Amino acid sequence: MSLDEIKIGGMGASRRRVEDNRFIRGKGNYVDDIVLPGMLHMEILRSPVAHARIKSIDTSKAWDMPGVRLVLTGEMMAARNLAWMPTLSYDTAAVLATDKVRFQGQEVCAVIADDPYIAKDACAAIVVDYEILPVIVNPIQAAAEDAVQIRDDKEGQVGNKVFDWEIGDKARTDQAFADADVVSKIELHYPRTHPSPIECCGSLADYDRATGKLTVYMTSQAPHIVRAAVALVAELPEQNIRIVSPDIGGGFGNKVPVYPGYVISILASILTEKPVKWIEDKTGNLISTGFGRDVYLKGEMALRKDGKILGIKMNTISDHGAFFADAQPSKFKIGLMHSAFACYDIPTAYMFSTGYYTNKSPGGVAYRCSFRVTEAMFFQERMVQAAADDLGMDQAEFRRMNFVKDDDFPHRTPFGFLTDSGQYGKCLDIGLEAIGYANFEAEKAEAASRGRLLGIGISTMTEPLGAGNSREYDILGIKMFDSAELRIHMTGKAILRTGAKTQGQGHETTWAQIVAHELGIPAEDIVVEEGDTDTAPFGMGTYASRSTPVAGAAVAMVSRKIRAKARKIAAHLLEVSEEDIEWELGRFYVRSNKDRGVTIQECAMAAYSNMPDGMEPGLENNAYYDPPNLTWPFACYIAKVEIDPETGVWDVLQFVAVDDCGVRINPMIVEGQIMGGLTEAYAMANMQYQTYDEEGNCIGANYMDFLLPTAWETPGFELYEVVTPCPHHPIGAKGIGECATVGGPAAFVNAVMDALKHKGVRNIDMPLMPNRVYEALTTGNDVYGMPPVRSGN
Amino acid sequence: MSLFEEVKTQPNDDIPVRRITINVNGEARTSNVEPRLLLADLLRQGLKLTGTHKGCDTTNCGACTVLFDGRPIKSCTMLAVQADGHNVKTVEGLATASELHPIQEGFKEKHGLQCGFCTPGMMMAAAALLEKNLNPTEDEVRWALSGNLCRCTGYQNIVKAVLWAAEKMRAESN
Amino acid sequence: MYPSRFAYESPKSLAEAVALLDAGKGEAKILAGGQSLVPMLKLRFAFPEKLVDINNIPGLNYIRFDADGSLHIGALVRHEDLEFSDEIARRQPTIAAAAPLVADPIVRARGTFVGSVCHADPQGDWAATMIALGGHLVVQGPKGKRTIEMKDFVLGPYATALNYNEIAIEAVIPAPKGKAVGGYLKLERRVGDFATASVAIALDMDGDKVLRAGIALAGVGGKTIDANDEAAILVGEKLTEENIAKVAELVAAKAEPRTDHRGSSDYKRQIVRTFVKRILTANSIQKAA
Repeated sequence: MSLDEIKIGGMGASRRRVEDNRFIRGKGNYVDDIVLPGMLHMEILRSPVAHARIKSIDTSKAWDMPGVRLVLTGEMMAARNLAWMPTLSYDTAAVLATDKVRFQGQEVCAVIADDPYIAKDACAAIVVDYEILPVIVNPIQAAAEDAVQIRDDKEGQVGNKVFDWEIGDKARTDQAFADADVVSKIELHYPRTHPSPIECCGSLADYDRATGKLTVYMTSQAPHIVRAAVALVAELPEQNIRIVSPDIGGGFGNKVPVYPGYVISILASILTEKPVKWIEDKTGNLISTGFGRDVYLKGEMALRKDGKILGIKMNTISDHGAFFADAQPSKFKIGLMHSAFACYDIPTAYMFSTGYYTNKSPGGVAYRCSFRVTEAMFFQERMVQAAADDLGMDQAEFRRMNFVKDDDFPHRTPFGFLTDSGQYGKCLDIGLEAIGYANFEAEKAEAASRGRLLGIGISTMTEPLGAGNSREYDILGIKMFDSAELRIHMTGKAILRTGAKTQGQGHETTWAQIVAHELGIPAEDIVVEEGDTDTAPFGMGTYASRSTPVAGAAVAMVSRKIRAKARKIAAHLLEVSEEDIEWELGRFYVRSNKDRGVTIQECAMAAYSNMPDGMEPGLENNAYYDPPNLTWPFACYIAKVEIDPETGVWDVLQFVAVDDCGVRINPMIVEGQIMGGLTEAYAMANMQYQTYDEEGNCIGANYMDFLLPTAWETPGFELYEVVTPCPHHPIGAKGIGECATVGGPAAFVNAVMDALKHKGVRNIDMPLMPNRVYEALTTGNDVYGMPPVRSGN
Repeated sequence: MSLFEEVKTQPNDDIPVRRITINVNGEARTSNVEPRLLLADLLRQGLKLTGTHKGCDTTNCGACTVLFDGRPIKSCTMLAVQADGHNVKTVEGLATASELHPIQEGFKEKHGLQCGFCTPGMMMAAAALLEKNLNPTEDEVRWALSGNLCRCTGYQNIVKAVLWAAEKMRAESN
Repeated sequence: MYPSRFAYESPKSLAEAVALLDAGKGEAKILAGGQSLVPMLKLRFAFPEKLVDINNIPGLNYIRFDADGSLHIGALVRHEDLEFSDEIARRQPTIAAAAPLVADPIVRARGTFVGSVCHADPQGDWAATMIALGGHLVVQGPKGKRTIEMKDFVLGPYATALNYNEIAIEAVIPAPKGKAVGGYLKLERRVGDFATASVAIALDMDGDKVLRAGIALAGVGGKTIDANDEAAILVGEKLTEENIAKVAELVAAKAEPRTDHRGSSDYKRQIVRTFVKRILTANSIQKAA
């Protein structure tokens, strides 16, 4: 009798999570929970001003405080060649400011003391004399001819431009626009926001002088990248660097970059010869670490009068803050922005992108976005909505007629990606049915009779996950493969390590499910470890929803390697040749006599005690997986909202999500990822943003101003699934972590726009706070850009 | 001398220290603390109960929620000295020696957590709710948890977890 | 994130607490719920030399309706005590409407009504409620007790008529002249957000006639806005669509909102206008008539 795959926790099982056992007991092991003997505490003094020359720093009162062990300035870092460090985008970023500060919140000094209270007291006693310089808070100011140069530290840097980049066929696209019956245009700003996991960033650096070994416990989604960076920058030998990412309290991309705090804590540990712990506070996290978005779009769509899209033009301008510190594949300056429109059959497109430095925190690519794909899909669906309205066409029908058809794969997208599978129309159908699209006009009229405005917003997209193939994808030259190492013990239990790093996605639970699927070993018999560079095989970490597509594939591949060896052992145990062996879940058997067989556990024992002649003992292997292509999950998200026209407040009446992420390893976890992503989408659409006033003060540097929705505001979500297996992935999975954050915001925004269409309003930039909705609906004007922050009447 | 070490000699007059005793999870715990020490830091560093987490600096996130004389409090917004003579229950005190609390079981059963960082505070707020109301509606659960922020789950499964726990607790009390 | 150093006392009597404040010469601060003060200490916006914790003083935790119908709220009454009180729900609808909207449920378990009034945050819900209800505070100093009418209490943002050596020990809401009706509406972008605008309305009704009307606003000025004079046009009248619209206009004009990231001043006036209309039109008010 064969094993029941669901019962052993294989694929498709909504297996309850292994990691929960410690989290629900409060026994998680986050960086701030770790204590080492003699540990010191580090606090960072941050700049209160956005752009200023540093005239002097007086740390004498800090040094004098009892309990203070070390006070570091930029000058001291510079003496050790550590005042600047490379970023993941081939720029440099300051570790501690030397000549100037270039954004509010930038790190200026660090105090290391016996406890964090004393460290904070000492920071407050440091006196810095700043000479204020003109401040630049958006790309328009940055591009001005007479603009002050922010990066006067960079040789060869002219003005404030970071890059120009283009892709697509300009000539062909221009022709398409010349031939078009209608050209639809829209300008959008995807506001700056922040991934803001609840746990802030931090590190505990421990340099052991006796052994020369540096151990750093840190909040990192990619510990191997950190080890590589430390080896290259700090010139410590790589074999003596151990990076450990223990439990991480949420990442969302915020915990990929290497932050000054980590570097300073490492130096501090070397200098004090003690472990040094740095845990930033929420203000430090929001004001200085990797933000997300802040991109402007001028979008144009060339249309035939029957609704066929003939061509796309996109001009994007991105705001990178003071240092170009995007964590994205090095070839693509604006990430995968050019994945826009991948689900539509469009003959030609052209994109021109420019990036600028501003006096704001560095970064731009973080936040559950798969390298700018959030921006791409938001711009796409807002452009689609505008185009359908300009043509007077139904939103769903316009999308449907332009979708890539189910049998048109593989499909080359207008910007050159190759998509391999999709059932876009089916997703849309399920969504429309679930939201009650056919009945909406009646619903709308009923609401209008109560004085309320109703709207429906659709967002459909396919997005690239699982970066990525070594031909095209690298970070700092390191290719973006991933890995898995699997050892089967003699009693048939196992330990699996991968190069990924879970921050809540449940890898300890789901990777075991893949092994259970491939080998028939019950998932509960498999321990999964990630995050320790001394033991984990090399991987580029977990972000951009790449783990299931890449590391998950490696898990499947290594399991198959082991099964292949086990098959040989089985043949030996059953005394038949390998060709006579068949496999069913957990068991090899003789083809001609199914009752004669051996379990995988018996093979494991034999690998230690009864090997075939000439075979190497043991049953373990590793696999490094270079994905042949990206994966292409797709989705249809539909929101139905009701606006109170007297206040501009809008409520979500219903939200439907139809997701196709290929084969689902653990349906429960997949749904959890979708709901989390949709909540972040709702947050951005409704209330969550960061902005800067004209002096460069950051609005949204704490949870009073940076608004996250609570359980009370957050709507409920109805989830549906379509399964189109990924044709090139070993288990047909595509990844899901970011899909809902990528596709979700446009559904909410399109719904509010739909409700306001009759007023002539075409766009309100996010966040759609009540006052902005009210302004649009009472004036009939669009509302662009960020909420004003200057006080006045 | 660190804030978290026991005072062995006569304290410096400049640093006033108080000797306090708090009943934490049923056990009397005595410490010498400066008045400015936050309760969350006493729990985490002084008493090594690291299940209570710190997630913000403006009393918004609720990751530090514990029970103070049975009512929920954000332990980052209370001084340790204020807890002298009072009862504090943390996530470590939810389970008995042999059994998980139904809330803990519910969170696991209903996938009410992902990264786990907001979870202890979320569960303590839920425990406070169920102490007062063992049959809450979904709205009442969402309202009671509106002082706790989560970035991972979208709250839907957290609500299901609490309702699951409430049902189990009602059945057990019958 | 961490407060600077301060001394701490936990007196067991009011007299002791007052003496400590007096000796502190303005450098000592009362600690009650701490839900406004401790965050300020942590951000180092406040750095008193001494905290005087009144939580261990007996006899300050009561919600009491006297025989004359006046409501007395002791200094240690927590917000949630008012939120969960059936008697408050029945007899003081404005307070019942405001209580659930203060901060978030966990802060409400600890923060105090009186402490919040004394904090005098321009966005504070309770100061507006007290003004609309025409309440007063009983305060104790070295020379004994005195009362301060609510309309004279708030002087500016975070500034009150309390002397440095006085503690507010009780809030008193006078007995309604007839049946108490009212409401409280607050526009916040999420639970716990500061108000974009809030409106507190308290009416005393005799049948469908208004005997007394009080309106106050939060979040739309440098301090709580007292709109009781504007509300007075309703006195002696029945509530009609016309006079509701009129008083809504007057109250909106009385507001002093500033344009900021929560909205323009015009928008905030619109919210005030809308909320005044909605509270007055609400069922509970019509039913009283």
